[in-house]
Amino acid sequence: MAVMKKKGKKEVPAISTASLPDVIFMLLFFFMVSTTMRDQELLVRYRLPEATEVQKLEKKNLVSYINIGEPVPHMQAKYGTATQIQLNDAFRTAKDIGDFIAAEREQLNEADRAQMTTSIKADEFTKMGIITDVKQELRRANALKISYAAIERQGNNND
Amino acid sequence: MAGGNKRKVPDINASSQADISFMLLIFFLVATTMSTDKGLTRVLPPIPPEDVKVEDQKQKERNILLVFVNGVGQLLVGDEQMDIRSLKDKAKEFVLNEADDENLPEKEDKEIEMPDGSTWVYPESKGIISLQTTRDTNYDIYISVQNELTAAFNEIRDDVAMKKFQAKFSELSEDERSVITKAVPMKISEAEPRKGAVKK
Repeated sequence: MAVMKKKGKKEVPAISTASLPDVIFMLLFFFMVSTTMRDQELLVRYRLPEATEVQKLEKKNLVSYINIGEPVPHMQAKYGTATQIQLNDAFRTAKDIGDFIAAEREQLNEADRAQMTTSIKADEFTKMGIITDVKQELRRANALKISYAAIERQGNNND
Repeated sequence: MAGGNKRKVPDINASSQADISFMLLIFFLVATTMSTDKGLTRVLPPIPPEDVKVEDQKQKERNILLVFVNGVGQLLVGDEQMDIRSLKDKAKEFVLNEADDENLPEKEDKEIEMPDGSTWVYPESKGIISLQTTRDTNYDIYISVQNELTAAFNEIRDDVAMKKFQAKFSELSEDERSVITKAVPMKISEAEPRKGAVKK
């Protein structure tokens, strides 16, 4: 009888949550290391084209972004669905790229200016006319290092 | 006094630590992005000064491979229509010109300084791939053509690196890589679009 009584009273011990903060901290550190700060709000929607031979862009602070694509839904009331070029936080035309590059270059050290790269993030259905205008303006602004942003596709379509 | 010694400092309740770190975690999840910036890197040609004559830059016809992409994504390579899947081999054949064909690009011996101080003579191809589009060509076709051309150059670089350093291009050191890059420069000219849909 005594044994039975003891059994009935026994409770399942609570799971210790003492290690929970440690687990969360580990996750936190993972995200802190592997991500970068979101520096601008996207006003355009794009799906990048796919490519196999992509290279990683080193030194993010030397990279300026030009986003090209259809405006996001809440901007479409004002700007329609025609392809727009986003520089910093506003829609601009290709003509403004010179000023944009000059401003970006101004923010860099003297030594880093030659290393400046411009990343063109354009939707895959953009017409080449717009891309070419952007490229011509970049040439005029002497920002010659560019990168066509693309998603890495594994394998090769030739095989 | 004896009573004072007995009194213990109560433990700080650490159960909210998890909540605090959760909050931090969520902040970083929202405010940051994964760094997945990848792309095809290119160097644009500088705008030529006004006084330079166009004649100076004229290339021999055999040194140029014209790749033209039209508005519906058809490819014209040289003077034949081609599927994008054969473009890479065509580009490799053009740049390498292994049989020294008269219709394929000339080669010029180039002295390249090696990391150890010696010089290495490599017959550099003078071929230029000229990529042209119309103004209404889609960007994704343009990128896949650029991708195939990059793949062609990367394969040639791999082959040359294999012969010279017995390793793949990507496994080489910085100095060795620049040697190979000098031997096989990526000569892709991205001309302005021709006979565009929009008149300038």
